[in-house]
Amino acid sequence: MTGLPVQPVLLWSDALLFVLIAAIVGLALWARRQEALRAAWGRVLKDGVAMAAATVLAVFVLIGLLDSLHYRARLDAAPGEQGLAGARYAVEVNSALDALLSDLRQRSEKTYSAPLATHLFAKEALGDSAQREFPRLKHGGAHLDADLSGHEFDIAVRVSRGCAGGLLIWLLLVLAVRHLGPAGPAAGPTLVGHPPWPTKVGPTVGAVLLTLLPILLLLGIAISLGGGYHVFGTDKVGQDVLYLSLKSIRTGLLIGTLTTLVMLPLAVLLGILAGYVGGWVDDLIQYLYTTLSSIPGVLLIAAAVLMMQVIIDTHPDWFATSAERADARLLALCLILGMTSWTGVARLLRGETLKLRELEFVQAAQAFGVGRFAIMRRHILPNLMHIVLIALVMDFSGLVLAEAVLSYVGVGVDPSTISFGTMINTARMELAREPMVWWSLAAAFGFMFALVLAANLFADAVRDAFDPRSSA
Amino acid sequence: MLAYIIRRLLYAIPILVGVNLLTFALFFVVNTPDDMARMQLGVKRVTPEAIQKWKAERGYDKPLVWNSAAAGGARLTDTILFGKSVRMFVGDFGRADDGRDIAREITTRMGPSLAIAVPTFVLGLFVAISFALLLVFFRATTLDFAGVVLCVALMSISGLFYIIGGQWLVSKVWHLAPISGYSGGLDAAKFLILPVIIGVFGGIGSSTRWYRTIFLEEITRDYVRTARAKGLPERVVLFRHVLRNALIPILTGVVVVIPTLFMGSLLTESFFGIPGLGSYTIDAINAQDFAVVRSMVFIGSVLYIVGLLLTDISYTLADPRVRLQ
Repeated sequence: MTGLPVQPVLLWSDALLFVLIAAIVGLALWARRQEALRAAWGRVLKDGVAMAAATVLAVFVLIGLLDSLHYRARLDAAPGEQGLAGARYAVEVNSALDALLSDLRQRSEKTYSAPLATHLFAKEALGDSAQREFPRLKHGGAHLDADLSGHEFDIAVRVSRGCAGGLLIWLLLVLAVRHLGPAGPAAGPTLVGHPPWPTKVGPTVGAVLLTLLPILLLLGIAISLGGGYHVFGTDKVGQDVLYLSLKSIRTGLLIGTLTTLVMLPLAVLLGILAGYVGGWVDDLIQYLYTTLSSIPGVLLIAAAVLMMQVIIDTHPDWFATSAERADARLLALCLILGMTSWTGVARLLRGETLKLRELEFVQAAQAFGVGRFAIMRRHILPNLMHIVLIALVMDFSGLVLAEAVLSYVGVGVDPSTISFGTMINTARMELAREPMVWWSLAAAFGFMFALVLAANLFADAVRDAFDPRSSA
Repeated sequence: MLAYIIRRLLYAIPILVGVNLLTFALFFVVNTPDDMARMQLGVKRVTPEAIQKWKAERGYDKPLVWNSAAAGGARLTDTILFGKSVRMFVGDFGRADDGRDIAREITTRMGPSLAIAVPTFVLGLFVAISFALLLVFFRATTLDFAGVVLCVALMSISGLFYIIGGQWLVSKVWHLAPISGYSGGLDAAKFLILPVIIGVFGGIGSSTRWYRTIFLEEITRDYVRTARAKGLPERVVLFRHVLRNALIPILTGVVVVIPTLFMGSLLTESFFGIPGLGSYTIDAINAQDFAVVRSMVFIGSVLYIVGLLLTDISYTLADPRVRLQ
C-alpha cells in the first residue's frame, strides 16, 4: 500500500486565509450586480496608480498563497521497512513556495556572506595552515574557477539573460493583450508616446502592463542570478536572505488581513448596536471601548501576548508540530491585535449610525413596523459599508508595519516564524560588526516598503472612490 | 467649568476600575500565579517548593479576591486583587522582580523620557503643520502632488528603518552624534539631538498628510472665500484664518497625546539607550516582569484620560463658542 507522495497539511491560518479569499471573491461577484458599488469600483479601476499598486499587491498575494499550501513530504522507506503498511511523512511542514524555491532553501552556507559573494564573510582556518582566510562558499559562485576569473562577466551575463527573459515574457503578454483585448482605433500619442497596447483598453491595462515590466525584469534577474549566487547574501546561519524575504510576505499578509477579520465583526456589531439601539446598550458599549482604548496599544498587546505565551508554554501537548505551535501563536497575535483595535472603527460606525437613524428612509421603515434588527441589517449596514471598506484597506499597511515593531519589542510572532520583524530583529545585532552586515536589513526593509507602499496607494484610491465627501 | 471638570474626573473612575479589572483578569485569572511561576522558573524540573517560594516573594500566594482564612476586613484586603490592583489607585505599584520600588523608578525615569518626547512632539508639530500649509498654499500644483507622494512614501517606511538608518548615517558615517547613551544635565543635549531628529522625521509623513486634509477641508468654507474677496493675500488667509479655524480638529488629535509623552517611546529609548520609561517598559516585557507591565498599563490609561479632559478644556480656549457644562 502506497500513500500519496505528499500529505497535505492545513494549518488554521491557511484555512482562514482561503476562507477570506473565497469571501472576497464572493463579495466581488455580489458587488458586480450592485449599481453604486460597481460605479465606485469602476473609479478605482480607472485609476492608473491604484491599478499599478494592485498589480504589485497581487504579486505579493500570489507569493503568500503559494506559501499557504502546506504539505509534509513522504519519507523514502528505509530498506528494512519495505513491508510496513502506510507511508511515513516528514515532520517538517513545507509549502508550495518552499518546493518552488527548494534550491534557495537547501543551498545554505555556513554563516554570513554578502550579496553575490563567492567567499564567506568570516575568516576561517583552512586546512592545516595557520593562516586564516575567507573560505569559498559552498554554493554561491561555486561554478566559477578557482581564481574567480570571469566573476563580473558571469554576473553581467546572468543579469542580461534575466533581463532578456523578463522582457520576452512581457512582450508576449503585451501581444496577448493586444490580440485578446477589445480592438479599437489607435488614438493619438499619449504621455508615454505610442503605447504598444490598444489605447481603447484604457489606462487600466496600460498601468498593469507598465508595472509588470519592472516586476518581470526583476524576477528574471533574480531567477537567473539565483541559480549561481545568493542574490541578497546569506544570514547568520547561512540561510539565503532572498528566500527569507519571500517567506516573510505570507506572515505580513496574514497579520494584515486576519486581524481585520477579527476586528470587523466586533466593530460593526457593537458600533451599529450602540448607535441604533441607544440607551444603556450605548452606554455599555461606549464604556467598553473607552476603557479598551485608554490603555496604550502596545502595552495592551504586550500584556495579552505575554499571557498567551504563558498558556502556550505551559501546554506543550496541544501542538503536534512546531509549525502548528508557531501558527497558533500567529493566529493568537492576530486575535489580540483585532481585539485591541476594533475601538476606533466602532466609534466611527456609531457616529455614522446616529446620523443615519434620523434619516427619512429609516424612519419610514420604522413606521412600517420593520423590526429593529431587520432595519440594522437591511438599511443601516449597507450604508456603512464604505466606512468598513475604507477602514479595512487603511489598516492593512499599518498592521504590516506594526508586526515588525512588535517583533522587536518581543511580543510579535514566534521567533521560529519567518517574518520581516524577526529578520530585522536578528539582523539588528550585526550592525555593530565591522564591516557591517547590511543585506538582511536592506532586504527586509525593501520588501516591506514595496508591500506597504502598494497597500497605501491602493487604500488611497479606494478611499477616494468610496468616500462620499471626497467625490463631492 | 470647575463642575464640568469634577464630573469628568468622576466619569474617569469607572474607566480606571475597568482597566484595573481587565489587567487583573489578564495577569491573574487567565493564567494562575502557578503558571507564571513555572514560566519564570523554567517549565521543566521545577519543584512545588520553588513555585511557593517565588509566589511568596512577590505576594502572589494569597487568594485572588476573597480570603476566607483572614478575619474582618482583611478578608478583602489580604488578597491579590487588593494588594496588586486596588492599591495602584493610591500610587502604590509594589516592587519589580529585581526588588526595586516601581513608583520610585517611574519618577526617576520620567525626566529622560520627557527630555526626548517633548522636543520631538513640539518640533514634529511645527514641521508637519508648516509643511502641510506649504502644500496647501501650492495646492493642485506639481509641488503639492510631489509633496503628497513624498508623504505616502515616508509613511510606508518602517519606523525601525528611520532609527537604524539614522544611527548608521549620522553616527557611524558622519560621526556627528554619539550612537547611544545618556547623561544628566546639559550634557544630555548631544545624546538627545539624534533621537529627536529621527523622531520628527519618522512622524512627518502621516501627520503632514493629516493636517493637509484638515486644511483642505477648511479652505472650502465661506469665510475663506470672504477673506479672499476682501483682497487679502493668500498667505494671510492661510495663516490668519485657515490655521486658526483648523485648530479644533488639530487639537482633537494633538492634545490627547500630550500626557502620554510621559510614557516615552519604546523604540527610540531602547535603541538609543536612554534610561526613560519606554526602555523600562521594554525591558520589563523582555524580562516578563509582570508587575512593571501592569503598572505601566495603569499609568498609561490614567494619562490618556487626563488627555481627553485636556482636549475638552482646550476647545474652550481655542473656540469661545464652546461652553463646557
